[in-house]
Amino acid sequence: MKATDLFKETIAALLANKVRSGLTALGIVIGIGSVIAMIAIGQGSQSAIQSNIQSLGANLVMIMPGAQRGVGMQVSQGAGSAQNLTTEDATAIAQEVSFVQAVAPELSSRYQVIYKGKNTNTSIVGTTAAYPSVRNVQISEGVFISDQDVRGAAKVAVLGPSVRDDIFGAGYSNAIGQTIRINKINFKVIGITQAKGGSGFSNQDDMIFIPVSTDQKFLAGADRLTTISVQASAQSAMAQVQQQVTDLLLARHKISDSSLADFNVLNQTDIVATASSVANTFTILLGSVAAISLIVGGIGIMNMMLTTVTERTREIGLRKAIGAKKKDINLQFLSEAVLLTFTGGFFGVVVGWLIAFGFSKFGNILTKVSLPSIALAFGVSSVIGIIFGYYPARRAANLNPIEALRYE
Amino acid sequence: MIECKNVSKNYKSPSTGSGQAIENLVLKGVSFKINEGEFVAIIGPSGSGKSTLMHILGALDTPTSGEYFFDGKNVADFSDDELADVRKNKIGFVFQAFNLLPRATVLRNVMLPLVYANVPKEKREEQAKVALKNAGLEEDHFYHLSNQLSGGQMQRVAIARALVNNPSLILADEPTGNLDTKTGEIVLSTFQSLNKEQGHTIVLITHEMSVANYANRIIQIKDGQIIKDEKKYEGDRFI
Ligand SMILES: Nc1ncnc2c1ncn2[C@@H]1O[C@H](COP(=O)(O)OP(=O)(O)O)[C@@H](O)[C@H]1O
Ligand SMILES: [Mg+2]
Repeated sequence: MKATDLFKETIAALLANKVRSGLTALGIVIGIGSVIAMIAIGQGSQSAIQSNIQSLGANLVMIMPGAQRGVGMQVSQGAGSAQNLTTEDATAIAQEVSFVQAVAPELSSRYQVIYKGKNTNTSIVGTTAAYPSVRNVQISEGVFISDQDVRGAAKVAVLGPSVRDDIFGAGYSNAIGQTIRINKINFKVIGITQAKGGSGFSNQDDMIFIPVSTDQKFLAGADRLTTISVQASAQSAMAQVQQQVTDLLLARHKISDSSLADFNVLNQTDIVATASSVANTFTILLGSVAAISLIVGGIGIMNMMLTTVTERTREIGLRKAIGAKKKDINLQFLSEAVLLTFTGGFFGVVVGWLIAFGFSKFGNILTKVSLPSIALAFGVSSVIGIIFGYYPARRAANLNPIEALRYE
Repeated sequence: MIECKNVSKNYKSPSTGSGQAIENLVLKGVSFKINEGEFVAIIGPSGSGKSTLMHILGALDTPTSGEYFFDGKNVADFSDDELADVRKNKIGFVFQAFNLLPRATVLRNVMLPLVYANVPKEKREEQAKVALKNAGLEEDHFYHLSNQLSGGQMQRVAIARALVNNPSLILADEPTGNLDTKTGEIVLSTFQSLNKEQGHTIVLITHEMSVANYANRIIQIKDGQIIKDEKKYEGDRFI
């Protein structure tokens, strides 16, 4: 039997029962579609996370308080345990650790912000003049906090563009000089930072920067920090900086056993690696949930093929009587299953791509439909056809022609 | 052309109660020879083993013992694939239940054996049309779906399908069983003229003498054994 004939017979057989073929293929469409969409979302967020972390600043080493260091890396859960990093620690690092370009202490918490009765809750970051260079932030209007402001604990604030939009209205251009109330204390707006974009975790557009001294004195009421960001002078120096910072802080905190350290020193490269592996796990998780629906679709194919074989027992007997070999029958039913799953796979790719597109268009989630995942989808759908079509096809091929012709 | 030598067929059916297999001797040492150009009827009561014999003659099955020669080759010990080749190239079947593909056109049904025989596409339609004409189907039915035809027309399509690859042997198992007497007669005279005018070798299986009488030779079978084998002569010639 020639390939073109086989193909024609296959199409004719599938079209003979359009509704059933369509519904069965739908299982594969859904399976492949969700795999494509889930992987696109997973990979999209992975690259979003990576670029987010890169935009935090270059050659960054971050120190965060940690109640007790457990196994692996822990990102501090917040203010509860954050009593152990001080401004002096930050100063000491700046003075004593080599290969340090700049150090920016940070004290970050959420407070109520009020302007003319408009109320919003946002992240307030107390920091110093070094922050923009360490954390890769640019000023678009006015100025950033100066050393002078820090020394004098001035009640001045620099707004991220999103915060500006929230409290003054979108695109408001006269924010500089206005007075806002943070936690019932008046602050004068002295600058606006440039929009960096990026969403999700640590969005610098959605922050208000104030001098760290002011923050500690009037808002937090204690000399503590939530992060010390250290910029190494070169990427190659990062490990060294990390080591020196650790040693210095252990000495300053009088801890001899480094496993009992009350702080975490994170290197940007590690953060990228950790976050990527988290995103990767996330992708795999989403992908496997979707893969289960693909298997369910495959079982649907098998079910339909078994029904078809039973229904067409007589036809199989006839085909054998006119000279079809086992191989011919086997191939015919196998190719019906594969064509079904392959068609399902094609529409599944289209559907998955549309879902991913919809997510990035309306859900504001970065998605990435990659060529390998499309190729994989086609490969997988054909393989599903072969796997789940194998048994029914073999059953058809092994039918005894006499029994099959006798079948009522 | 074909020859059976002491062909026997047993079916082992596990009995329901005792668990012991019961031997069911369906054919018990059948021997005969059919020459090219003959029109033979095999007649016998229901359950006498006619269909079983036809399955062996048609290379759908092999005998339990004995030899079956087709064009000088012993088919009795052919493999599945070799049997399929014999069916494909040398045998045309006509069944009582027609067994047409219901959602396919008449032409596609008739062309189906040619697909398996790897006949080039251009030749298939031509060959199928010739076969349909020889089977006596009117040309305006060629593109109808096979399930839109009457029983007599369906059986003509089935005959055309049996003829299409120019087999050396045509086997028909109760071909008129599903037809009324009048249509049955038309189908039977079609067989007659295929034999007389085109020299096809035909083996017709039936349980009715009136049907068997269309043939030139009648083999009577009972309980798996041949009880009579006679050629009909009218004067010197076959009828
Ligand atoms: N596959 C089979 N397994 C067991 N017994 C069978 C099988 N096929 C036929 N038989 C038995 O063989 C006998 C002859 O059947 P068959 O050749 O169909 O008779 P006929 O066609 O003359 O009516 C019957 O008793 C039937 O039950
Ligand atoms: Mg019978």
